[in-house]
Amino acid sequence: MASHLPPKSTTQHSQPATAGVASQAHATPRGIKRWLLTTNHKEIGTLYLVLSLTMFFVGGLFAMVIRAELFQPGLQLVEPEFFNQMTTMHGLIMIFGAVMPAFVGLANWMVPLQVGAPDMALPRLNNFSFWLLPVAFTLLLSTFFMPGGAPNFGWTSYAPLSTTYSPPSTTFFIFSLHLAGISSILGAINIIATILNLRAPGMRLMDMPLFVWTWLITAFLLIAVMPILAGVITMMLLDINFGTSFFSAAGGGDPVLFQHLFWFFGHPEVYIMILPAFGIVSVIIPTFARKPLFGYASMVYATASIAILSFLVWAHHMFTVGLPLVAELFFMYSTMLIAVPTGVKVFNWVTTLFRGSITFEPPMLFALAFVVLFTIGGFSGLMLAISPADFQYHDTYFVVAHFHYVLVPGAVFAIMAGVYYWLPKWTGHYPNLRLGQWHFWLSVIGVNLTFFPMHFAGLAGMPRRIPDYALQFADFNMVTSLGAFMFGASQLLFVAVIVMCIRGGEKAPAKAWEGGEDLEWTVPSPAPLHTFETPPDFQPRQH
Amino acid sequence: MRMRLVRTAVGMALTGPFEVVLANGWNMPVGVTDLSRDIHTLHMVIFWICVVIGIVVFGAIFYSLFRYRRSRGAKASHFHEHTTVEVIWTVIPLLILVAMAIPATATLRDMYDASEADMDVLITGQQWRWRYEYRGEDVAFISSLATPREQIEGQAAKGEHYLREVDQPLVLPVDRKVRLLMTSDDVIHSWWVPDLGVKQDAMPGYINENWVRINEPGTYRGQCAELCGRDHAFMPVVVEAVEPEQFDSWLAERKAAAAEAAMGLDREWGLDELMERGEQVYGTICASCHQPDGGGSPPTFPALAGNQALMDDRERHIETVINGVSGAPMPAFRNTLDPVEIAAVITYERNAWGNETGDSVQPSAIAERIAD
Repeated sequence: MASHLPPKSTTQHSQPATAGVASQAHATPRGIKRWLLTTNHKEIGTLYLVLSLTMFFVGGLFAMVIRAELFQPGLQLVEPEFFNQMTTMHGLIMIFGAVMPAFVGLANWMVPLQVGAPDMALPRLNNFSFWLLPVAFTLLLSTFFMPGGAPNFGWTSYAPLSTTYSPPSTTFFIFSLHLAGISSILGAINIIATILNLRAPGMRLMDMPLFVWTWLITAFLLIAVMPILAGVITMMLLDINFGTSFFSAAGGGDPVLFQHLFWFFGHPEVYIMILPAFGIVSVIIPTFARKPLFGYASMVYATASIAILSFLVWAHHMFTVGLPLVAELFFMYSTMLIAVPTGVKVFNWVTTLFRGSITFEPPMLFALAFVVLFTIGGFSGLMLAISPADFQYHDTYFVVAHFHYVLVPGAVFAIMAGVYYWLPKWTGHYPNLRLGQWHFWLSVIGVNLTFFPMHFAGLAGMPRRIPDYALQFADFNMVTSLGAFMFGASQLLFVAVIVMCIRGGEKAPAKAWEGGEDLEWTVPSPAPLHTFETPPDFQPRQH
Repeated sequence: MRMRLVRTAVGMALTGPFEVVLANGWNMPVGVTDLSRDIHTLHMVIFWICVVIGIVVFGAIFYSLFRYRRSRGAKASHFHEHTTVEVIWTVIPLLILVAMAIPATATLRDMYDASEADMDVLITGQQWRWRYEYRGEDVAFISSLATPREQIEGQAAKGEHYLREVDQPLVLPVDRKVRLLMTSDDVIHSWWVPDLGVKQDAMPGYINENWVRINEPGTYRGQCAELCGRDHAFMPVVVEAVEPEQFDSWLAERKAAAAEAAMGLDREWGLDELMERGEQVYGTICASCHQPDGGGSPPTFPALAGNQALMDDRERHIETVINGVSGAPMPAFRNTLDPVEIAAVITYERNAWGNETGDSVQPSAIAERIAD
């Protein structure tokens, strides 16, 4: 138990006690108004994380419906129409409601603490960015109760299925995505302003923790591509309600145009969901290996390279739409190229472990599982990049396996690693170690039982987004469904750990993890409402 | 040709050790065309490259985790940079990728060369069936799911080819180069047969091109791969590959049958025979949206049973079936169904499920309207 505790000699060199006094100087509203009106980065971070966890369970519930229907061949529980609504809403809720807000929540909490800033640069904007989201997702979920049901055309919304052939609720879906998009853009602006303007004196860009670096790059990606999503869904809106024909061949429009625009947003979006995960893992592994991150500079350059390449690979999602040969070749080569900086990152993490002094607290367990399982998702990504082979893989469960490997044991595990890592800072208590280990092992087994057989089902010929399937896929689907129920149920443990940690547990000192070297470990645990009101004394480490 | 032999040999060497496991429905099928074999070889090569890299990387991780545990007394060292190593692990992956890109490029060029085809087949996706047209031969037909509803709903035992059987398969000759032209009447579909190594999106407003030269006679099954609405899962593709002579005689038979069907235009049809023909057409074409009982699924697909507007306006009913409804999912059937089928199905819709108008619509009248 004591392995994660720092040596007794470590003193809590924290902020002067004025921190608490300052917060009382404001007339702080209580109850619901406190949360509605808050401009504090920690409170807003908490709001984001609570929303994200809620959406994770809503989207997870949809996944459970999908897996229950696919448990065996035949139509048992739901109609195909409703099944399509489930796959669509599962994707939308998990991407825009669970993963993205989780990273923004972590950024809200930790970026000011890691750069030594008193708060986010634009606190009122911060409040607005958050409160757009509950409105957006209430609107999105309300489409289930509208005539014709919720959106049923997949989260990718390919026209004309999503325009001419869509249910009436599509207009509301478009509006809710607009709201979520505005929230993301405002959040990104705030993060960039904070990182570029509010760093502690003496902290150069190349001194920042990698979580801050990856978020800086992610924020630029968000600002670049969210307007493209807004544009393409506005064109859908016009096609549906105002008689235009952007995507309708009958009116002289072009359904392929939709896909180009969508994936020009969609591919960077994929990296928006993974770059902050890289950052979290790059912070956690050195802490528990008690050794500086290997290749800090190359990590930063690799992240930036991946971000730039992400704008040049979008049509690898479209290898079968009938692109000309030169386009196929260009997008195949550029996509393969991404393997290089991604490989650099993996090799750096492995080398950080090499000759360290390693312990296995829950944050480290999740971070290590991330490295291994994300790499498996990277391998299938490399296979998918081979355009001729993609003609067989495309739109099958092989693709579903690939992107779930990079998003669930990838992005989601990194988020969980981050939560376990920073819970002592947020609550002042260590999370229950034993429960955390149970949560980890059940999750890691469940996730692999769920997603690994999908590779085989896809290679054997099972397309994605079908409510019923031929008999040769039955065994794979049954294993996948059992794994999914196991993974879903074990997330209740995660909630239990968090609730218990908020209510009590072993007290954590300022430096909760022995190997933690970043600025957040210099403020008390739990972090008071206001921190770094006077800039900290930052000493650059040797990178 | 030599390149291809080398590639095939490499493919067999790679699959060999795992043949038993991988051939048994766990892996991409090798397929029955030269291209599907090339694709399979590429798939196996990149797979084994990933396996080897995985063994090295995961080996290093698990070695470090075991060897440098603190509980074993490991003391952390403090190195954090090594330029030579970093250059090596940037350059080696790059070289592997270049080596991989060369055969992939060659295969892709072959796939894109649909020139000098012996025949063309136009494949049209429709919610939720395929239409096959042998270009220049006056032979066209619709191929839809043949699995009975009872099997899907669990009221009957599922057959061997559950959801992968159709009423009329696409018949193709072996050893001839067939150009496949793909398009769609409504949303995007994707025509996929794994054994042929062909997956190509069928897009409204586009004609996409792919090709196939099948090496072995047999029945090859696949299905629509692109989400196309409610019955996306129920849109199978079945290709029957036969010897060229057999194909020629099959095609001649179909041509004769088509000519005979055209004769039906000359005569007056009785209400009963139109109803009988119309019920068949309704069952394969219309029922997927408007439901077998004519109840539809509003708001997208209106009910036909008891639909007063439909019963009152016969002209509009005919117009809707022939030309479709712009801006709505109802497609135009003028090129999909022949005049006899259109006349029959309209007659059926006007007289079934209590819609007792007593109208009959004559095939000759439909043929005239389409000709206008």
